[in-house]
Amino acid sequence: MELNNPKAKRITWWQKNQIKISPWIFLAPGLIFFSIYVIAPIFVSIGISFYQWDGLSPSIYVGLQNYIELLDDEYFYISLWNNLKWLIFFMLAVPIGLGLAIFLNQIVFGIRLIKSLFFFPFVISQVVIGLIFTWFYQPNYGVIAPFLNFIGLEGFSILANENTATYGIIFAGLYPQIAYCLILYLTGLNNINPEQIEAGRMDGAKGFHLFWNIVLPQLRHATFLAIVVTVIGALRSFDMVAIMTQGGPYGYSNVLAYYMFEQALSEYGYRMGYGSAIATVLFTIMMFYILFFIYRMYRNEREDNN
Amino acid sequence: MKKFIISLIMMFGIISSTSFAGTLVINTDTSDAAPKEAFEYIIKKFEEENPDVTVKWNVFDHEGYKQSIRNFLNTDPPDVANWYAGNRMLPFVRAGLFEDVSDIWKDSGWVDGNLSENMEHAKKSMTIGGKQWGIPYTYYQWGVYYRKDLFTANGISVPKTWDDFVAACATLKAAGITPITIGSKYLWTTAGVFDYLNLRTNGYEFHMDLTLGKVPYTDPKVQAVFDKWDELVKPGYFLENHAALSWQEALTPMVNGEAAMYVMGNFAVAPLKEAGLRDSNLGFFQFPEITPGIPMAEEAPTDTVHIPSKAKNKTDAKRFLIFMSRADVQEEINKILGQLPINKNSSVKKGDPFLKAGLNMLNNAYAMAQFYDRDAPAQMASEGMKGFQEYMSNPDRRQKILERLEKVRQKVYK
Repeated sequence: MELNNPKAKRITWWQKNQIKISPWIFLAPGLIFFSIYVIAPIFVSIGISFYQWDGLSPSIYVGLQNYIELLDDEYFYISLWNNLKWLIFFMLAVPIGLGLAIFLNQIVFGIRLIKSLFFFPFVISQVVIGLIFTWFYQPNYGVIAPFLNFIGLEGFSILANENTATYGIIFAGLYPQIAYCLILYLTGLNNINPEQIEAGRMDGAKGFHLFWNIVLPQLRHATFLAIVVTVIGALRSFDMVAIMTQGGPYGYSNVLAYYMFEQALSEYGYRMGYGSAIATVLFTIMMFYILFFIYRMYRNEREDNN
Repeated sequence: MKKFIISLIMMFGIISSTSFAGTLVINTDTSDAAPKEAFEYIIKKFEEENPDVTVKWNVFDHEGYKQSIRNFLNTDPPDVANWYAGNRMLPFVRAGLFEDVSDIWKDSGWVDGNLSENMEHAKKSMTIGGKQWGIPYTYYQWGVYYRKDLFTANGISVPKTWDDFVAACATLKAAGITPITIGSKYLWTTAGVFDYLNLRTNGYEFHMDLTLGKVPYTDPKVQAVFDKWDELVKPGYFLENHAALSWQEALTPMVNGEAAMYVMGNFAVAPLKEAGLRDSNLGFFQFPEITPGIPMAEEAPTDTVHIPSKAKNKTDAKRFLIFMSRADVQEEINKILGQLPINKNSSVKKGDPFLKAGLNMLNNAYAMAQFYDRDAPAQMASEGMKGFQEYMSNPDRRQKILERLEKVRQKVYK
């Protein structure tokens, strides 16, 4: 009877395609804003990088001139090199975060309080951390001054020395980043299958062996996330540099993100084209990383599904 | 980002306020207490004297203004805006955004007395391409601030010549006192030292040629400046670790009696006095002579008012500028600001020895430099000051730094 219902035969276009279309409708607001505020500016920035423009006068097309100048710019290389230092040393946050997570992953009285104390740096604003570490490093009266005096570096200023400034900032940056990795790993440890550990124990696995072959593989997703956020954190390290040294002394603690800001938008900047060229270089580097990780993620997912 | 948002909010604020005839729109960056009070005073008085004009005043955040002015001059220009003299106004003059106000400077009929005469010493810094682009209303002196008691204790009298100055440094250093304090974290303090060394070694004209890009940084005359600088840097007469300190932080050693001198602007007096120094132990002297016979030019950053070329009410704007140039008005403003009036007929706040010394020095000055970062274009200034800081930490790199600055100069002044 119902099959003869004439209504059932006349399926509208909407009814036919509803399943296909509705996700796009739900995605539309996000996609529209994402393309206006993220995708479009990328292309506009790349476009500006071929111009000489101070934001006031009409812009002049200069072709690759900004990039050629970049190749001959000492400060650009210093910034690039510092970005590399950030990438390498910022990674310390991952193993340290893991170590602390394992240390905190136990049941004793008051562990919740202790855990939250370890999370704390992640909650504080980067600006505050930068400011406080600047005071720590203050020569002669900073917190670490007695220690420096003890090892014979009286009046040594970490942030005023071209060789140590970047490391000083990275160290300050590690403080919240470790807490971030710690949180990721603690949630990861919650999801560990106790049966597998049990089984491993029965087979005689102990200590480091147990950790390396049984616990760590199960933390793969947490590790992946921790590495991704740390890499991105290292590449976009801006606030710490801005607060602690402003790229100083004489540009030796600069990173690409801050150098771009300095050239394009700071008080002495307004070289929009040149700043955009720096941004484009930074974007390219990030793109490589992101594509690599997306590819790996995609591959892993497929392996999991097989 | 924050600045951007602020300026965006400001922009909407201005757009919504359309001006009518008889309305004078004034934009200023006077968000700090004293400058704000000064402008409140000016505007009230101007409205009293000109009942036909209603002033609409927009106060911008001091830092955000640097960004906002670039927007509002184009999109929604006020009738009057404040800014700074020297090359700082060059981008706006070049982009045709400031109005030529040479007629106010020339025509004595406008004002009580002749503007050019009363402000002759400041005219150079308001002139680009032979025309004047605004009216200066306040400035302050730079020079050497020193601890009188430390000088007396070590038998040093105020140095008049370079040799005396270096000798004073040597004496202080031997006594375990840092001769000159400086905080170069934000770079610009180093430019104060460079400017004075150059003004005294080579004179005002050469300094202007250098900041206008007419002379290479590898010129022997620039080398001569660094030779003099070497005499202070190499024996360690400047505060150690200056690159880690802001200018305020570098005041501490001076307050504590660990450092004796600071090459600074007059704005350093207020925090020094707040920290406990008194007129009895804090003094000021003019930067000493280096090359004998060179007329003494001084560093005196000047604040100015301008008329945007797209302003709607230029007639009243000019009346306002003339009003701002008047001796009695400048006197009152600067009493509030604690700075110096430009108009020679204005008197200065009584009982302030620093202002008195500054006024005396500047009224007799051969010419006024605006400060390196206002005289040189932005990009040159930023690279230059980085170079000065690097030099002060590594005097051996002088040659490399100067070659780098020369490379920048050739790019900037194409």
